[in-house]
Amino acid sequence: MLDPVIASRLQFALTTIVHIIFPVMSMGLAPFLIYFTWKDIRTDDPVYEQLRRFWTKIFAVSFVVGTVTGIVLEFEFGTNFAAFSTAAGELFGGPLATEGMMAFMLEATFLGVFVFGREKVSDALYMVSAVAVGLGTWLSAVWILVANSWMQTPRGYELARESGQLVVSLVDPIAAYANPRFPWMFVHMQNAAVLSVALFMAGVAAYHVWQRGISADDDREGARFWRKTLKVALVVLLVTAPFQAIHGDAYGRHVYETQPQKFAAMEAVWETDSYVPEYIFAVPTSLDGITDPRAKELFGIGIPGGASWLASGGDPQAEITGLNEFGTEAPPVAVVFWSFRLMVAAGFWFILLAFWAAYRWWTDELYDDDLLHKAFVGSSLLGIFAVEVGWIVTEVGRQPWVIQGVLRTSEGVSPGLTGFEATLTLVGFAVVYTGLLALYTYVIRRIIREGPPSVDDTAAGSEAASPAGVTGDD
Amino acid sequence: MTEYGAFATDPLFGLPLQELWFGLVFFILGMFLFLDGFDFGVGALFATREDDEERETLLAAIGPFWDGNEVWLVVFGGALFAAFPAVYANLFSRHYLLMFAILGALILRGLAPEMYEQRHDEAWQTWWGRAFVVGSVSAPFFLGVFAAHWLLGVESLLSLPGVVVGLAVVALTVVAGVGFLAMKTRGSLQRDVADYGPRAMAAYLALVVVTLGYLVAVRPDLGVLAPVPLALVAVTLAAAAGYLLALREGRYALAFGTVPVLVFAFVALVATLMFPLADPATGLTVADAIVSVLPLNIMSVASALLLPLVFTYFGILYSTFSGPIETGESYS
Ligand code: HDD
Ligand code: HEM
Ligand code: HEM
Repeated sequence: MLDPVIASRLQFALTTIVHIIFPVMSMGLAPFLIYFTWKDIRTDDPVYEQLRRFWTKIFAVSFVVGTVTGIVLEFEFGTNFAAFSTAAGELFGGPLATEGMMAFMLEATFLGVFVFGREKVSDALYMVSAVAVGLGTWLSAVWILVANSWMQTPRGYELARESGQLVVSLVDPIAAYANPRFPWMFVHMQNAAVLSVALFMAGVAAYHVWQRGISADDDREGARFWRKTLKVALVVLLVTAPFQAIHGDAYGRHVYETQPQKFAAMEAVWETDSYVPEYIFAVPTSLDGITDPRAKELFGIGIPGGASWLASGGDPQAEITGLNEFGTEAPPVAVVFWSFRLMVAAGFWFILLAFWAAYRWWTDELYDDDLLHKAFVGSSLLGIFAVEVGWIVTEVGRQPWVIQGVLRTSEGVSPGLTGFEATLTLVGFAVVYTGLLALYTYVIRRIIREGPPSVDDTAAGSEAASPAGVTGDD
Repeated sequence: MTEYGAFATDPLFGLPLQELWFGLVFFILGMFLFLDGFDFGVGALFATREDDEERETLLAAIGPFWDGNEVWLVVFGGALFAAFPAVYANLFSRHYLLMFAILGALILRGLAPEMYEQRHDEAWQTWWGRAFVVGSVSAPFFLGVFAAHWLLGVESLLSLPGVVVGLAVVALTVVAGVGFLAMKTRGSLQRDVADYGPRAMAAYLALVVVTLGYLVAVRPDLGVLAPVPLALVAVTLAAAAGYLLALREGRYALAFGTVPVLVFAFVALVATLMFPLADPATGLTVADAIVSVLPLNIMSVASALLLPLVFTYFGILYSTFSGPIETGESYS
């Protein structure tokens, strides 16, 4: 039997890592769906109806799985982290309740109209439902990130002890909820979601273009649909990929200022030092180096002064406080160090991919470069992967604190929880969530293989038969 | 602190906010039991249908609604967390395995209809159909166990009163599902479904009587024989009679209309018997467990602004899909 603290942490990690996949899909798809719905209503072009219907199917499946995995997380605060919930409930419960009333209600009710109601409501109400669903997904992110960012940079609270129990009481709601981390987190997260979905769409489209040899003037069934998908995704990718890296760079500085211990773990700096290099690429010189990646034991290409430069915003001489200097034990440095590098590497790869594709588009070879198509196919899930490792940096890097500087994770776990119960549910989730992921993958692949609804099935297709214009103007 | 002045120290408008929030938490639980209750009932009745088209109709009946309905459970958790964090934490961690049983049931129930529609071969639909039934029946059962254990302060995974109340809640959801389907379907399906109404109601009443008998005999401290609980029992009986009469006369919308009365009488009974405690197992009272004034005022303002909007959304959703179900309705 595992220790209940370890089992609870593993279970929370597993269940959030699975949950976040689906919100990324739905938050990222939201702006696309709003755009497709708008164009579908405003133009006679049947491709927009196809786009709306096809991507709505994927949205709907993702949403259902997001819902069932999300409720698990909410309950886990009570079941596994009862001491944390009791202590911090005044600050933490409010955002969760507000998220439910403000965001989930909006999203889940209008989703009914959006998925089932095209023929039943006016164009205007249908458009409203698309926007409401999209807004609902983004508002969920607002409130859950308010809660999470407060755990990273807690403000507006006072500590008290009530009958021996630590209580974090709310004294300044504005300072607490508009805490310094929130805007960083929200912008980085939402851009990541849109970027991840753009990559996914581009990957799916490139797969069809590559497999079927779709060319620029192809008018086979679905050809135009996939070309359109690829181009829309590419435009979004071109904006979001560079933005994510630029934003991430500034975000790193903010982390350095507010959570120096986490930053030291991201860079594996043990001793306080100046002129700290930033390793872009690093191989450990021994097996120990994998689990304990101190800069010294690495063989790699480092930018001299790079980490100092990152932390200070341009000064390669800046001093970085080492992990040994903090009063608490260090977070699992290797996990944080490698996760951070994987995220950043992914970020630069996305920029490269976007520019490569843009160049091909510019030279009119977007549909001819099979290597590019393969690169897109291989990268379809990398956005989501980058989100996962990014969150691991955030959450594991915060250890040993559950609320930075206030409450330790080990003190947050439910006092009465036994190792047996915690291990039982951990194993249960490992099994159920593996099945869940397999099922989700299976269903999404089927939808993708089937491709878009044929133009003749669409209402617009039967009204506005415009054979000549169909292939020209995408 | 001073910036917030009286907002941080006095309850808004001098209202008894603690009691109001205790009531609100149970009201939200009631909304969930009423709305998702009929979805669960439809899931249970799914087991009685063999014909493909009828099964599709049942799924189409709840398709646009169940997701929104389930959010009331999320909001119940959120409201309990925000207003009574210690109760939330104690209750959920004490009923550790039970909570995960509820979650497992909800996962099955949520996934099954979505999966059922993905493929149209027999084996696939048989299995997802079964999963749908199992999830829809076990979710209200475990929720009933949870409600009973909360009230009675039971700590074990299962107990006899817990099982009885669990079954009562299952029966209540079938009552709700019958009312809903009878209103939304036509023809032979409508008649078949309506036939289950009296049986489900008889089961519900019998289980309620057993529970009340148990409470009177074993837990006199809860005060079942006081005026308010007795009035709620009377309301239940009256609503049950109304339901049966309306079903017999084919006035299905009216029959469905008695369902919220039954559900809220049930939830109110649990709440009244519990009050002034908020977590009987630990002896925490409502006054002990409530958060301090500032967060309570904030949450009160937020709910006062948001709940009317929520009702508007539900109004739009239910009016969009009012009237009988057209089969073959699916994705836009
Ligand atoms: C598509 C996904 C993606 C990509 C390409 C990047 N990130 Fe990121 N990053 C995330 C997705 C993400 C995230 C959504 O997973 C996180 C977790 C929490 C958050 O706010 O965003 C994150 C967190 C996160 C953090 C903060 C950790 C914390 O709060 O403790 C930093 C410093 C960076 N990122 C920096 C970068 C840099 C310098 C990138 C350079 C390319 C980068 N990110 C690309
Ligand atoms: C969805 C994206 C998220 C992912 C992938 C994620 C990942 C993780 C991981 C890996 C851990 C384990 C850390 C460790 O124990 O070493 C963890 C812990 C935790 N996270 Fe997150 N997290 C996410 C979002 C959130 C949010 C939004 C909140 C709060 C609102 C949150 C609250 C917590 C809590 C309370 C713990 C347990 C205590 C702890 O181990 O620190 N997480 N998360
Ligand atoms: C660890 C903390 C988290 C908790 C407790 C949590 C809780 C929940 C709950 C209860 C639901 C179901 C809502 C419903 O019934 O409709 C849900 C879904 C959702 N969550 Fe989370 N969540 C967490 C992390 C996150 C993060 C980090 C994000 C995004 C930044 C996010 C975004 C969403 C979205 C958009 C949905 C709607 C369903 C979907 O679109 O897939 N969640 N979450």
